[in-house]
Amino acid sequence: MAKSKTSVPAVRTKTTWKNALKRDWQLYLLILVPLVLVFVFSYAAYPGLRMVFMNYKPAKGYAGSEWVGLDIFRKIFKDADFLRALRNSLVFNFLDLIIGTPVPILLALLLNELRYPKFKKLSQTILYLPHFLSWAIIGSVAYQLFKPSSGLINVLIMNMGNEPVPFLTEKWHWAVTYLLIGVWQTMGWGTIMYLAGITSISGELYEAAMIDGAGRWKRMWHITLPGIKPTIITLLIINLGRVMNSNYERLAVFGNSQVKDFQYQLAIYIYEKGLGNSQFSMATAVGLFQSVIGVILVLLADRFAKSIGEEGLI
Amino acid sequence: MAKNKAVNAEEVTPDGSRAINKFRLSDAMIMLVLGLLCLTCVLPFIYLAAKSISSNSAVLAKQVYLIPKEITFDAYVSLFKDGSMVRSMGYSVLVTAIFTLFGMIACTCAAYPLSKKRLKGKGVLTFLLMVPMYFNAGLIPTYLLYKDLNLLDNMWVLIWPLIYSPYNMLIMKTFLQSSIPDSLEESAFLDGASNLQILWRIVLPLSKPIIATLSLFYAVGRWNAYADNQYYIRSDHLKMVQYKLYQMVASATEAQTTTLSEAAAVTSTPEVLQAASIMFVTIPIIIIYPFLQKYFVKGAMVGAVKG
Repeated sequence: MAKSKTSVPAVRTKTTWKNALKRDWQLYLLILVPLVLVFVFSYAAYPGLRMVFMNYKPAKGYAGSEWVGLDIFRKIFKDADFLRALRNSLVFNFLDLIIGTPVPILLALLLNELRYPKFKKLSQTILYLPHFLSWAIIGSVAYQLFKPSSGLINVLIMNMGNEPVPFLTEKWHWAVTYLLIGVWQTMGWGTIMYLAGITSISGELYEAAMIDGAGRWKRMWHITLPGIKPTIITLLIINLGRVMNSNYERLAVFGNSQVKDFQYQLAIYIYEKGLGNSQFSMATAVGLFQSVIGVILVLLADRFAKSIGEEGLI
Repeated sequence: MAKNKAVNAEEVTPDGSRAINKFRLSDAMIMLVLGLLCLTCVLPFIYLAAKSISSNSAVLAKQVYLIPKEITFDAYVSLFKDGSMVRSMGYSVLVTAIFTLFGMIACTCAAYPLSKKRLKGKGVLTFLLMVPMYFNAGLIPTYLLYKDLNLLDNMWVLIWPLIYSPYNMLIMKTFLQSSIPDSLEESAFLDGASNLQILWRIVLPLSKPIIATLSLFYAVGRWNAYADNQYYIRSDHLKMVQYKLYQMVASATEAQTTTLSEAAAVTSTPEVLQAASIMFVTIPIIIIYPFLQKYFVKGAMVGAVKG
């Protein structure tokens, strides 16, 4: 944003509003459409945030509810449910990041080494598919495969004479299943950025390496991987900025009463406390806390990316 | 990619002894790994397809793997007879179509003016239009706002709030700035064309690829999202098909895990019907998938500049 401001030539900025409106009134008319939309559907909700300083009662509304200062925040930081949700969100998002980052990189390296264009195209097409499926579909498919007694995988396990595995109904198994399905969903699509990075690596580097006798794996390690290092760093920073987010749809679809201990994350907390239990002020305070930390993380990530010479995020 | 091909072709020249397409162990390993990963994306759906056209008894006896047993289309017939899923599908198509059309209008209205360097007040306008991407008021204030706007339990709550997307606007703006030469518009301007005429006659016809891509972004985003159905919609006939599917899984999961809850067990759907419902909801995506993939990859590249 800041960039676009400074790049406007000084002469142009001296155009008076009168002239600008005369020349570009149609443009201002056009931009009124999205402006009205953001004001009516986004900004209009901001004043509602004042309820974090109130003991908001739906029946009394904003006017009738009493102001309580910082009590709500004191309450949530003592709330065991909130602390559990915060812990789970952070732990699972970091695990998502740790497991989810290397897989697309490896896949991109492998796809790049494929020498059969048809096989490459086909496998890319297939691997991108999960990105286009809703969590409802992924969740219901996972349920069909992993459910306790009649899911396909458990039927196979039992056919081999073993005990069924509680993939979705015991919290530690659930954690693994949840994380792996997350990786599975993003691995194919995640390769796109890396593959784009790989195509911009100079072919001469590979030629030189080959003349020096570097084999396929050595070239992968010494040329391709360093070549996409900027992409890796940028994407890692972007994702670090999102570590407070939690995806309600993904969590909800894998939820059940036996795995509450791990599945209970911030998005679930906000939904259940807020819309479920009418604890409006608490749910809003947690949402605000999450948003503010999220914004700070994005700004820090942007600053950091720029400081190491990468392109910023904003 | 052309570069990589060149590399592969030249692989042989240094000593000239190896055949160009000699199949090596490393090729086999790579293909094996990729092949296995591809199977994890395909086999679950083959399994479900097989299950959905097998008889109930074969499925209950756990005899169905990847090949259907005692083929019958009963599940699909009852799915269509019951009508709830089919109606919901039609409704989802309608919502998605309106959403995509309105979304493209909102996106163009934002991106075209902001793509002009000369636009006075551009910095402030960009700021105002970008903030909602990074900061939103959260579920409860939003819920109360929609309540005041009379949007709760209303089809339009699925449309209005999301049609302006800062992310899509950025992609379109980037495209307009990089792909439409300024000279083209300037000459039209000198010929006396107004901004709107330039947009309509020159810019939009040249923007067909990005319009296709963003329309698909909008359509797929709307089609797949369902949390807002859960937050803001009560009436059954206003729920989109993805949410119906979610409700089915949720009730089935609870029935499995809390075996004592009889109510849940009764409401849970029979196995074959579940499989048929999942296939029913998945098939539309699979049908338009080749098309989707092509345009999405392009869009992801443009969008990558600022994500």
